[in-house]
Amino acid sequence: MKKNSILIVDDEASVRDSLYNWFLEDGFEVSSAENASKALSMLDNQRFDIILADIKMPGMDGLEMLRRIKQIIPDAVVIVITAFATVDTAVQALKDGAFDYVTKPFDPDDLSHLIRNALKQINLSSENENLRNLVVNLENVEDIIGESDVVKQMLSEVEHVAKSNASVIITGESGTGKELIAKAIHANSTRRFFPLVSVHCGALTESLLESELFGHEKGAFTGAVYNRKGRFEMADSGTIFLDEIATISTKMQVELLRVLESKTFVRVGGHKTISSDFRVICATNRDLKKMVQEGSFREDLYYRLNVVNIRVPSLRERNEDIPLLVNYFIEKYCTSMSRSKVGMDKTALKRLQEYDFPGNVRELENIIERAIVVGNGKEIRLRDLPLSKEVSAIKTESLDELEKQHIAHILGKYTWNISRTAKALSIDRVTLYNKIKKYNLKQND
Amino acid sequence: MLPPHKIKLISFGIPEKGLLDFITKSVTQAFNQPVVLKEARLELGQYFDGQRRQYNADQLLQMVEEHYASDQQKTIGLFQVDLFIPILTYIFGQAYLNGRTAVASSYRLGNERYGILKNNNQFAERFAKEVIHELGHAFGLIHCHTTSCVMQASTYVEDIDLKEAGFCAKCKVLLKNTSG
Repeated sequence: MKKNSILIVDDEASVRDSLYNWFLEDGFEVSSAENASKALSMLDNQRFDIILADIKMPGMDGLEMLRRIKQIIPDAVVIVITAFATVDTAVQALKDGAFDYVTKPFDPDDLSHLIRNALKQINLSSENENLRNLVVNLENVEDIIGESDVVKQMLSEVEHVAKSNASVIITGESGTGKELIAKAIHANSTRRFFPLVSVHCGALTESLLESELFGHEKGAFTGAVYNRKGRFEMADSGTIFLDEIATISTKMQVELLRVLESKTFVRVGGHKTISSDFRVICATNRDLKKMVQEGSFREDLYYRLNVVNIRVPSLRERNEDIPLLVNYFIEKYCTSMSRSKVGMDKTALKRLQEYDFPGNVRELENIIERAIVVGNGKEIRLRDLPLSKEVSAIKTESLDELEKQHIAHILGKYTWNISRTAKALSIDRVTLYNKIKKYNLKQND
Repeated sequence: MLPPHKIKLISFGIPEKGLLDFITKSVTQAFNQPVVLKEARLELGQYFDGQRRQYNADQLLQMVEEHYASDQQKTIGLFQVDLFIPILTYIFGQAYLNGRTAVASSYRLGNERYGILKNNNQFAERFAKEVIHELGHAFGLIHCHTTSCVMQASTYVEDIDLKEAGFCAKCKVLLKNTSG
């Protein structure tokens, strides 16, 4: 079990030693400082659960130190020690954010009570934070809307994978909801009471990403004013979600592989090896296997990450879910805009079901939100949809060419699923095969 | 040559031989180690704090460490004076964690101090438990959360009565690892 840590700050050696010994016997990891400056510099390098500080000290006094600590670490638990004559100062300390104060000398029982309460507060805060994260994650899991077979299959995979500790790569087009799937895996795993830490790799430069993932020590680079935990450290006992993994540099790929293999790392500018027990989930809209073949993504890293692959279907592949999704987004936005729920015109819905949605669910969500804003407040009409003007114009006069383009379009829509394409075109599978041969259609065209 | 006794009790002015014999027997049983009892004659006035009207336990601990301790033994000074450390109003005893030395006092352990009828047996048991507790610290044990374990922290005599004069299973294992 991890020991609780305490920092004792007092200029009197006898007080420091007494408290040091007392807390050592109580099983704490104890450190002490003889003045506020030394204490602040120790806080730069280490996090303490409790800080027990005398108010009256030469140089910077306990109150000034308390204010400085609270500026840097707002949730620090600071208990101030004061003499009988300075109770007013103790009250000021409470106003400045001290957890409690004691007047010295105090009863052993008072000290035990105080420390027990402080530890209870620390545990409650950490539990509260974990539960808040959990609730956020669970709410988001409900956002996975769909009753199509492809969605059902994917959710069953998610449920199955969540119980293991395996690395997962989530693939899928942009806007399909890959992060939601990562949250669903985490929320259904045994790690769910610990943090899910997300990193959007594509949004950060190489050096920023390095500092973000591994943390940094004070002075490691310009602007590194304080020590900072990295995302791997924050994800201890939980899950780290690396979005847009395909965008990371070759150097970062090497670093990442090393961390995944050893589960240890060193902060930027630091020397101490830090261990963290995390599960890794990655997401990408790129074809990683192709990138490996082209040499732009490390093969060893690919296999390390790709223990399980979950493919999130595009909206085109599950357009039967569109009415459900439309209804969900209408409720969501009408509630957030404090409006009564609007209806959906049949023609408008049909138009949505015919549309390709290159931006997937995210695009549908934006379309519905916009339609509610610009609409008449009763129902969403065709004219409220921004895509009503985008009906593809026929650019050819040849009937054969028209047929070829249409078949290619529908094949693409159903990702070359022959049965579904044939059904959509109202022809049998043999006829479809004949037409594919006739027009020399190929999947990658 | 190593001293045959791993634990040394030194009485600083405790007159009751029966009490000291009981403490020796209890400590022997608890640690399953040979224990030796010595007596020391020392003027304690220099450790008295006139302002607090108590004896400075830090200084007494240091005195035992400097004059009576050895590397091969755990040494505890037994007193019958009111002990304090600068930050606390009183203590029953203290030790150097995983060190060579400890101190304990019987001063606050008698019922009569709290307006209750004197009970010599209860008094002796409380003192024995405190001596074992402080020696436990000297052997490297920290406070234990098992209610009956002697290493449970006690701030009142009632807390001492709740625990036994022996170690819980977990502390026994730790003790075995440290004392060999």
